[in-house]
This record gives sequence, C-alpha cells and structure tokens, in this order.
Amino acid sequence: MALPRSLRSCLQRPGVLGGAGGGGLILQSLSDDVYQNLAVEDWIHDQVSLENRQVLFLWRNAPAVVIGRHQNPWQECNLRLMRQKGIKLARRRSGGGTVYHDLGNINLTFFTTRKKYERMDNLKLVVRALKALRPQLDVHVTDRYDIVLGGRYKISGTAAKLGRTTAYHHCTLLCGADKSVLSSVLKSPYKGLKSNATASVPSSVRNLLEEDPALTCELLLEAIAEEYAMQHQIDHHVTLINPADEAVLPGINNKTKELQTWEWVYGKTPKFSISTYFDMTYKDSVLEVKVDMEVKHGRIEVCNIDVPEQWLPPGLCQELVKSLTGCRFCPDEVTVLASTVLRTCPQDDELRNKWNLLCENMRMLM
Amino acid sequence: VCVHHVRSCSSIRFIKSKYVCLFDKSALKFSHHQRLFRTSSVSCGQIVQFKLSDIGEGITEVTVKEWYIKEGDSVSQFDSICEVQSDKASVTITSRYDGIIRKLHYNLDEIAYVGKPLVDIEIDASKGVAPEEDVVETPAMSHEEHTHQEIKGHKTLATPAVRRLAMENNIKLSEVVGTGKDNRILKEDILNYLAKQTGAILPPSPKAEIIPPLPKSEGVPTAPKDKVRKIPVPVSRPIAFSGKDKTEAVTGFQKAMVKTMSAALKIPHFGYCDEIDLTQLVQLREELKPIAQTRGIKLSFMPFFIKAASLGLLQYPILNASLDESCQNITYKASHNIGVAMDTEQGLIVPNVKNVQVCSVFEIAAELNRLQSLGSAGQLGTNDLTGGTFTLSNIGTIGGTYTKPVILPPEVAIGALGKIQVLPRFNGKGEVFKAQIMNVSWSADHRVIDGATMARFSNLWKSYLENPASMLLDLK
Repeated sequence: MALPRSLRSCLQRPGVLGGAGGGGLILQSLSDDVYQNLAVEDWIHDQVSLENRQVLFLWRNAPAVVIGRHQNPWQECNLRLMRQKGIKLARRRSGGGTVYHDLGNINLTFFTTRKKYERMDNLKLVVRALKALRPQLDVHVTDRYDIVLGGRYKISGTAAKLGRTTAYHHCTLLCGADKSVLSSVLKSPYKGLKSNATASVPSSVRNLLEEDPALTCELLLEAIAEEYAMQHQIDHHVTLINPADEAVLPGINNKTKELQTWEWVYGKTPKFSISTYFDMTYKDSVLEVKVDMEVKHGRIEVCNIDVPEQWLPPGLCQELVKSLTGCRFCPDEVTVLASTVLRTCPQDDELRNKWNLLCENMRMLM
Repeated sequence: VCVHHVRSCSSIRFIKSKYVCLFDKSALKFSHHQRLFRTSSVSCGQIVQFKLSDIGEGITEVTVKEWYIKEGDSVSQFDSICEVQSDKASVTITSRYDGIIRKLHYNLDEIAYVGKPLVDIEIDASKGVAPEEDVVETPAMSHEEHTHQEIKGHKTLATPAVRRLAMENNIKLSEVVGTGKDNRILKEDILNYLAKQTGAILPPSPKAEIIPPLPKSEGVPTAPKDKVRKIPVPVSRPIAFSGKDKTEAVTGFQKAMVKTMSAALKIPHFGYCDEIDLTQLVQLREELKPIAQTRGIKLSFMPFFIKAASLGLLQYPILNASLDESCQNITYKASHNIGVAMDTEQGLIVPNVKNVQVCSVFEIAAELNRLQSLGSAGQLGTNDLTGGTFTLSNIGTIGGTYTKPVILPPEVAIGALGKIQVLPRFNGKGEVFKAQIMNVSWSADHRVIDGATMARFSNLWKSYLENPASMLLDLK
C-alpha cells in the first residue's frame, strides 16, 4: 500500500502516531537504487521530527559497493572491476567500513532522537527476530556491533550517523548475497597507497540462506518488522515509499543527485598519497616507471612520473605531469588530458604507441 | 559554559565598542545596519569556548575527520562545524552560537575529547551568551502555523534572536520568506516583511538590485500626460542578493581544451563554407537503416560523411597531412583516422575511427556505435583518442548552420556540419521543391593548404553526398 496523502503530514507533525510506548513507523523502499535509498535516509534524518516517535526503514539495493563517510575507495575496493561489471559505488554519510550490497542483502535503518540512540538494543532486536524464526540459530551480537553466525561468520555490519537532534543506526543482514562477487570487488588491487582514511576490517561472511534455505529476504524483513512493531507497541504495518516521489518527500531528488556527484563519492576521500611503480614491456625491453602522487579532494595535487631517460621526447613527460596537476584522479579525465598533451608534439606511430602504453598503465592506477 | 572575557581591543577601540553597544540597544529596526557594519568594524565580542558535547554510549574521545569552517568564518547557530568519527559512528557537530570562529583546537585526524573545547567562537557582546541548552527548533505554535509548516514541508529555521523579533512584532514565522542558508529566516527577512506590511520604504542597502530605468517607448500611442507623470523612480527594495562570484581552478577537461586551443592559435586558419543538398542521402539512409538495425547497429548520417571525406582525401592527400614544428616538412599520413567530435557531460572529446580508407560504411557505423557507448560511460582508451588525422564535428545535432571550427593540431583541416533544414530550392526545371539542406564549414591551415584545394575537396565531398550512387564508383 503506497503512502496516502494524509499520512504524508504524519511524517512532519511531531508525535501524532500514538501508542503507549511512543509512536513508531515502519517504512520499506520500493526502489533498489542505492543513491535513492541513501537519499531517503538523509531526508528522514533532516526532515522528520522524532520526538515521541521512532522510524524503521527497510531497503535493498541492486549490486553496489557502499563505503563509509571517511573512507578511501581506492583502498577499499576494486574500482576497475566494478566499472567493468557495472557495479555502482556510493559513499554513505555514516561512518564505518565498506560493504557490498545486492538483492540478497537487506538493510535496516533505525531512526531515533539523539538521546534515544542505542545500537545494542537495535541489534538485539534483530537477533530476537531471527531467533523467533529459528530458535536454534546460533547468532549473537559482538561488542564491535557485528552480528555473528556460528561464532565465526559475520552476517551483519553496523554504522551510524548522529546529527544535532536526530540519529540513525543502520546495519546490513546477509541472506543470499553473491559471495564470490563480494570478495572480488572488496579486494583492492591498488598498491602503494598511504592514507589516514578509516580502513575496513575484513571478515569471513556467510549467508543465512546457507544455514537454512527457507530464510529468504522477504521472510526476514517480515520477522524484523514484526519484532519492531511488538517492541514499540505499534501496528505491524509496513508503509511502502517511492524514493523518487517529490510529493511525499519534497526535496528528495536533490538529495539523490548530490549523493551521485563525483565530488561526494570520490571528492570526499581524505588526503592520500600513492608511491608505486609499474613495468612496461616495449619491443623486447622492460622499462620501470615510478609514479608518486598526492591526491586531495579526489584531485591530483602533486604528481611525479619517472620514465627512463630518452624514452620519450624531452619535456613531454613534464608536460603530462603539469597537465595532471589539478586533474581528477579518474581514468577518463587522465586519458583525455594525456591525449591532448600528445597533440602538442610532432607525432609518429612509435611515439603514439609508447604514449598509449604509458597512459594505459597510468589508468590502471585509478 | 566557561566564558572568557577577552579584551582584545585597545582602550580607544573599547570606547567605540561601548558606543556600538549603546547604539544597538535602541530601536531594533536599525540592527540590520549593525549587521552590515559587523565585518568591517573591530571585533570586540566575547570569546566563548564551544566544548564537544556528549556523543552518547559512554564515548569519551572521537577523531576529527573534516572541518566545515576555518578560522575567521562567521557561523550561525545550527551551522555544521565539523564531522567527527567514533567507532563506526559519524557525528555532525553543529554550532550553538552565532559568531565568528576564532580558533580550531584540533587538526584533521587528531583525537578530540568530549567535554574539552573544540572551537573558540567570538559572539556579539550585545547578544550575550546563548543559553546552555539547545533551543528547540519548533516552538509551540498555533494549529494554523502547523498547517503552514506542513504545506512547506520543512521546519522553519531561525535563531532565538530572530524569533524574539518576530514575536515582538506579531509576525508569524511561517509567513516570512527565509533567504538564509537552508531557507533560514534572517533578521533582514523580518525587516523586509515588516516594511511590506507597513508600506515603509527602508533606506536602500548596498545589496539592493539595480532596477534599470524604464525604456523610452517609440511611437507607442500612450497619453502624453501619463508619460510625463511616469518618471521612473528606482524602487529600492533591500533584497538580500546572496549570489557571489565563484572562482575555481581550470582543471581536467577545461585544461585540456586550453592546451589544445592555445596550440591551435598558432595555425593560420582560413574558412570555406558551402551548402549540401542531402535529399537523396536522406532517402538512402531511410532505406538502409532497417538493414543496419538487423545487424544491431544504429545508422546515422555520420558514417556517410566520414566515408565521403575519406574518398575526398584520396584525391587531396594534403588535407590528411601534418606540418612539423619548424614548418620545414609536411608528412602525408597514409591512414585516414577521422575524428568525430563528441559532447560528453564533462566536455568535448574527439575519438577517431581508424583507417577509414579500408572500412565500409557499415564498419564505420559499427565503430561509431562502439566509440559512442564507451564515450558516454567515460571508458575511452588513449588509443581511441590519439592518432587522428582529420576531424568532422557534427555541431548540427545541437543546432546552428555555419560555424568557424578550430583545427585540432597536429591536423591541418577540420569540417563542421550544421543542422539539416528543409528549405525550398529550384530544381533543373526551374520548379521549387522541398530540399534537405545542410551547411558545412571547413577550416584549413593556410600555410600548406590553399583555397582552391579546399574548394575542390569540398566540391568532391559534396558531390558524393548529393549523389550517393557516385560513391559506388570510387569505393575501395
């Protein structure tokens, strides 16, 4: 059942949805677009008054990698592979580490006031819901706010965002995600990175479906909604929302757009440096090229490329270095700039081939 | 709250500040003047140490991850100051006061302690120290107020001082248009609202829009009496125009453009334009489109333009050449690598189709499809973007007829195609018919290419396109 107009105002008026223990609202997203769903979190965080009321938001995404607010995507995941496979990259506003989402993973967001922010309680609720379904399921919450299956497999990770008056705690829950894609995209191939960004702690993971094939996403969502409804003494009723509906969520499309900008996804990476080298094979000889760069706000601030002397016309490499300064640390911008720099030089096929080889290798760093 | 009464002013200035305070305590109406003066006057407010408040869950220390402000910036209450992180939680710290940031106590990635000072804020002496507790954003209001808020869909933001001003003047905040950040209601907004209500004209503030004088009407029949009476009086509306000039560094695609254009400037360009009747080609393409579709390729006009250009280059190879730096040698390139200018969201890129001289029209179309999809995904490789020898730019897809394209070095010629228009033309029998007309604008390097060569090449290219069957004779 979609959100009727009269309910829209309920999201904005404080304390209308009653209940002895305080109001509550369970929302589920109709979209599997990671940016739209993250925008809904933002919207609820900014717009909804949570005095005397709590909100639970349930959502799932098409394949995407989601990094934490202060993380470095080059350090955390295989961006090259993701581009090839069409897996999106999103940066959320909460802290914590990197996770892989697909439709076999469910996301739960618990919205409360700052004062009522309590992660342990939320996770214990999830565990209760799981045990209600399967009493003999060996799941418990660790002190790192993970949910662990069988004592060793992580099935849920947590992150949180605190604002001035409201806060939210969200967590994942692995039902039937593609573990091989998960492990391949969450392995970074980029070498020589030095950064103060929050690093993820890798864990062995397992799907609940592997424990019991009947534990589908739908079943788990039902169980958690029921447990939440019981806890907050509200009607077990899940309201579906469309994250693209401006009428119900005014201003949501701007929030979605902001989350997709390069400046947010890559530009918010804390300052980092790369110091690496690569070997190029050109006409039976192997050349080593050293690259040193400093990247701030996702842009190359300082750049140094060390190519063997005489391999390229004098000054051409310096031209490239000058062009790259200020450029986004991104393969297509670097490609365009590199191609343009080549125009300033008289060309022959030999030079072109060498240049293309150098540039292809540079792209591999991004 | 620990308040430091820092007297950072000398004795002379101190006297002045007292004066300012006294002045301020009078009619609130004039306080917007004070706001304008604030930035230029000497700072003599109280420095308040804003401490990091309790995060919850017994957390005592956090890491500072990002500063949203720097020393010297002015902040309003509820503005974001910084982002800190603790154990997977990211916390936005907002300001409790209006004022100017005087000191940041931590650098990025340093550990900050709950209960210890985070920033020093200088607040207005006149305003006094703000209360310890956070002011509730939505004060108790009448039911009508509520309705207003629902319609707007967001909470009205205003500092306590502004709310007091509104209350004292019996103004409903929901009826005031906020011009501050996040639609926050500022003191100016209340004053504007008041002015509208009372019909008073406030003295023009420096930020007011300049209303252009009414234009002189020419020959428009109006009563001369009216004209005389309507002397344009610039209405000074103190509108808070918050637009500012924005300066950013030239980077990325723009930088590439700057480099290319600077190099192109060295080439003496001459232009040659003509009109092509594409009526027959339009029909031919309509017939061939479905065939290409069955092979999974979208067929536009470009493959024909490109192939015809290549046939022309076989006759006039100097247009597919390159001049060296010293202008001593011309290299006639064997391959016809024809570049096609493409507009992407980041800027203009020119990938090229390699070896057009040995490609069929269909193969060119397939290659264009490939380059277009890579281009829109931002995945073009350096091989696709280098090695071009001649370029065609289809600006006509956006609009325009004639243009003056700039040659992309190290090439010596470029053609820009305007849009296809349906225009009346005369046929051989002197009858008017509907023709599909497109304009082409060529630019060539006048150091090595003369007008006659360019004209002959253009005529040949034109003849291939106006009579596509003739291409069959020369196709290799």
